[in-house]
Amino acid sequence: MSGETVELLGHWASPSALRVKWTLKLKEIEYEYVEEDLANKSPLHLEYNPVHKKIPVLVHGGKPLAESLVILEYLDETWKRNPILPDDPYERAQARFWARFVDDKCAPSILSAFTKKGEEKEKAGKEARENLKILESGLGKKQFFGGESIGFVDIAAGWIGLWARMVEEIADVNIIDTETMPLLDAWFRRVLQVPILKECLPPQDRLLEHNKGFYKNLTGGSS
Amino acid sequence: MAEVTLLGFWPSPFVYRVIWALKLKGVEYEYVEEDVVYNKSDRLLEYNPVHKKVPVLVHAGKPIAESAVILEYIEETWPHNPLLPKDPHQRALARFWTKFGEDKSIALCTFFITEGEEQVKATKEAQENLRILEEHGLGNKKFFGGDEIGMADFEFGWLNLWLPVMEQIAGVKVMEAESFPRLHAWIQRFKELPTIKQNLPDHSAMLTYFKDRRAFFLASAKS
Repeated sequence: MSGETVELLGHWASPSALRVKWTLKLKEIEYEYVEEDLANKSPLHLEYNPVHKKIPVLVHGGKPLAESLVILEYLDETWKRNPILPDDPYERAQARFWARFVDDKCAPSILSAFTKKGEEKEKAGKEARENLKILESGLGKKQFFGGESIGFVDIAAGWIGLWARMVEEIADVNIIDTETMPLLDAWFRRVLQVPILKECLPPQDRLLEHNKGFYKNLTGGSS
Repeated sequence: MAEVTLLGFWPSPFVYRVIWALKLKGVEYEYVEEDVVYNKSDRLLEYNPVHKKVPVLVHAGKPIAESAVILEYIEETWPHNPLLPKDPHQRALARFWTKFGEDKSIALCTFFITEGEEQVKATKEAQENLRILEEHGLGNKKFFGGDEIGMADFEFGWLNLWLPVMEQIAGVKVMEAESFPRLHAWIQRFKELPTIKQNLPDHSAMLTYFKDRRAFFLASAKS
């Protein structure tokens, strides 16, 4: 089964697609990458993800799967090399808990801070910082969320280290507070230096321009 | 202290998902009612400091929060009478639909806390999502899990009792039998299962509770 072809339909500027790329790389899975033009979705894409019409979509042996965290679990179950979830059920539960926390709380508040203005932006920034502070409690004094090496939550949350700093620069709002969340701040720097993760990162100047473009479209200009 | 404890709130469909899973697997547990609306206990705040919500499963003193995370934990710890299929692709689909249910829960329930034009709009949105669920999620299967019930069936189990109660109180029919024949057939099969039949909250107590909740939400919306 793991001998069949693997395709990833993604977008170069998407953090969700990056999670899947990281996992494919970590597990040394050969795959074909297909860049999707999100403004102009291909028939292939719409066929493979009729429900959400979003990327990433992983296609394995012709069978499509959507939702990045669902894809990550699938990859971990199908390719046993370099597992990203721990063995112990309680530890696995903790990993799943924190990954969802990133999606349910951290991501929306960071997006809010990026897209709102004035007082609403400050309020969203505060909420984003509070959520990251809570996320830090899941890390504690560990090197990585996965312990000595990267795991599920590192892969789920790592994108914040790059994207949040862009939001800070473009929207002029503080997201990662180095004083109140020193452990998480150190982890952000550490995790993005891990060779496998670093080599998959999109070119940062291009990403900055891309997000600046977004910002202009969403907010009509300056903060 | 019992080996397995479930902190719950009697009208919560999230709590019932966990009850159904524990009952299906014959896991003995102690149920503890939490007054989540007016008086959260110190114990709840200690066990779920991040979200301060139920359900929380405590196993050998270790707490797990978030119903989907709890279900995965239960599945891994007590593997008999499985909630997930063996095939990794099918497992991923079960997780996808479980996530769909979580992501769409607000869209599916907004009709209950709105009135007039807003309610018409909310009802339509709920129906669009139910349409997707019926066509792509359930399809022609007996249960979401296939021939046997599974995690995704528990995710949508609230449609069998909570939805009709909410429809009755809000005075709007969201899921007509003629418009959603497959979902209706599934509901009939689902609620006849002993695990479900013997584990549902009291219907008239539900009516009273939800009547109160709608009044509360409508009043807050006005203020």
